[in-house]
Amino acid sequence: MSDNKQKMQAYWKKNLRTLLILLVIWFTVSFGFGILLVDQLNTIRLGGFKLGFWFAQQGSIYAFVVLIFVYVYRMNQLDKEFDVNEE
Amino acid sequence: MDILTWTYILVGASFALYIGIAIYTRAGSTKEFYTAGGGVSPLANGMATAADWMSAASFISMAGIIAFSGYDGSVYLMGWTGGYVLLALLLAPYLRKFGKFTVPDFVGDRYYSNKARVVAVICALFISFTYVAGQMRGVGIVFSRYLEVDINTGVIIGMCIVFFYAVLGGMKGITYTQVAQYCVLIFAYMVPAIFISMQLTGNPIPQLGLGGVVADGTPLLDKLDGVLTDLGFAAYTSGRKGMIDIFAITLALMVGTAGLPHVIVRFFTVPRVKDARLSAGYALVFIAILYTTAPAVAAFGIYNAIETVADKPVDQLPAWVGNWQKTNLISVDDKNGDGIVQYSADPAINELKIDKDIMVLASSEIANLPNWVIGLVAAGGMAAALSTAAGLLLVISTSVSRDLFRTFKPDMTEKRELLIARISAAGAVGLAGYFGVNPPGFVAEVVAFAFGLAAASFFPVIIMGIFSSRMNKEGAIAGMISGLVFTIVYISYFKFISPELNNVDNWWFGISPEGIGSVGMLVNFVVTYTVSKMTPAPPQKVQDMIQEIRIPRGAGAAQEH
Repeated sequence: MSDNKQKMQAYWKKNLRTLLILLVIWFTVSFGFGILLVDQLNTIRLGGFKLGFWFAQQGSIYAFVVLIFVYVYRMNQLDKEFDVNEE
Repeated sequence: MDILTWTYILVGASFALYIGIAIYTRAGSTKEFYTAGGGVSPLANGMATAADWMSAASFISMAGIIAFSGYDGSVYLMGWTGGYVLLALLLAPYLRKFGKFTVPDFVGDRYYSNKARVVAVICALFISFTYVAGQMRGVGIVFSRYLEVDINTGVIIGMCIVFFYAVLGGMKGITYTQVAQYCVLIFAYMVPAIFISMQLTGNPIPQLGLGGVVADGTPLLDKLDGVLTDLGFAAYTSGRKGMIDIFAITLALMVGTAGLPHVIVRFFTVPRVKDARLSAGYALVFIAILYTTAPAVAAFGIYNAIETVADKPVDQLPAWVGNWQKTNLISVDDKNGDGIVQYSADPAINELKIDKDIMVLASSEIANLPNWVIGLVAAGGMAAALSTAAGLLLVISTSVSRDLFRTFKPDMTEKRELLIARISAAGAVGLAGYFGVNPPGFVAEVVAFAFGLAAASFFPVIIMGIFSSRMNKEGAIAGMISGLVFTIVYISYFKFISPELNNVDNWWFGISPEGIGSVGMLVNFVVTYTVSKMTPAPPQKVQDMIQEIRIPRGAGAAQEH
């Protein structure tokens, strides 16, 4: 039983680390690139866009979509590794 | 055929579709009424969540707000999508594993207290009613312009439709109706956007068209910056709001999104924990299609409006100006009598007033698109408003029947509970209709308040309930109440009591009422944490439950409790 408990603690710890990494990226693309650094990034151009403006209105949204699918993939792997996956 | 005939055909056909689906999928048990029986596929749930989520405000108002505020409008784009990352990572899988029917269910069980449950019910009702009022106003706007009926008649027609499938079908009926509504609304949004993008930039993909070049070879956004600054407005790609306010509003909208009860309950309808994660991903894809198109629609709309109206002779304005003048959403007043429409940031000179809400609804007319496209936009606006209204009404009726009646009368038969759920759904439709006829304010502003309240009440107690096993009921109750009271007082003070003081000089730290939910959330976090530290730890049974919901396996069984 305590063996199982240790295993679950390890699972939870890996889960939290995944969350932390993904949330740092989430914060960086939206609050970082879209708001805090917007003026600096606006000096760089991406085609017809200023880069900061692009992140604020489109780029961060694309990043959000990718983040969730990375999370789904990573958690499915983790569930299998710790044998807590569902049928 | 003319616009009105096309509108009747397309709106009528879409309503027939929704009602047909509602009859086919009507709910027979409380489980079907509350969570559609728990067997919805992740893809269908993603679509239903997207329709549930994208309201009249997203469909009708958002592009208009962005058009007139440029960069500042980004708060809605990032806020209303970024919340899904929080939802997918921090809430959905654990709430699905917990596996009951509602958010107050979770709060009540996790904090082992009917008091906490009742506070959560009050929060859910407050948020849902604030939000549903905005939806009904949206229904009224669409009806009055497109079906050329009175706003009140429009609201009543909308109420009848929602009543039919929400009361009869419950969550099961709503889920599959929302799948259909998503298809209608996204098609209606994309068709004009693609047409206009082609016309202006030659690129059929609006997302890329926004970065494209207009006829004279300048990039669209640079051209807009130039035109707007010449007229005395702020440049399109730079904001006027303070950075801290932009930050606070974006955060409040993100956290509010993750705390909205009608979105959270959608994750109870899928079979497994991994389906809950995946359906959050699908939901965001479906939402992102509209949300990355909206900034393009905004820029195209304001560019077209300025190009075709500003500095043009009053008697040679395009036909769409006349059509919308009838609804008072646009007005031209030749103050200096020179026969030319002056458009300017200076209110003393400006002769053109455009309501933000017409940017999406009128964009097809502004761009001279065929009549059937205009009718399609009407059907899409309806789909967006009705799907969200239905989702909210279900939360209201579930809160009353499940979280209030059942808590105090646990031996109620299922048949009786289902009847109470239906009666409260009917009552909620009536109240929503009242708000539609007597709207409390501008659509998107009202909705922004619902987010502030969700951010300040639910989000912190759910997050701490999952990620810390030490949080107890005393902390949760104190936290929810203090977060909610703080936010309501701040918003009411600046919006209702002393609206003349509502400006950046009087705001705390330069945070507007729209962004104060972020501070309310921090208040909630701090109070919950502090009070929990000073009071006894939760019982072992609850701590075991928290360990249990962190593990995905066995979610199906958990629901049968």
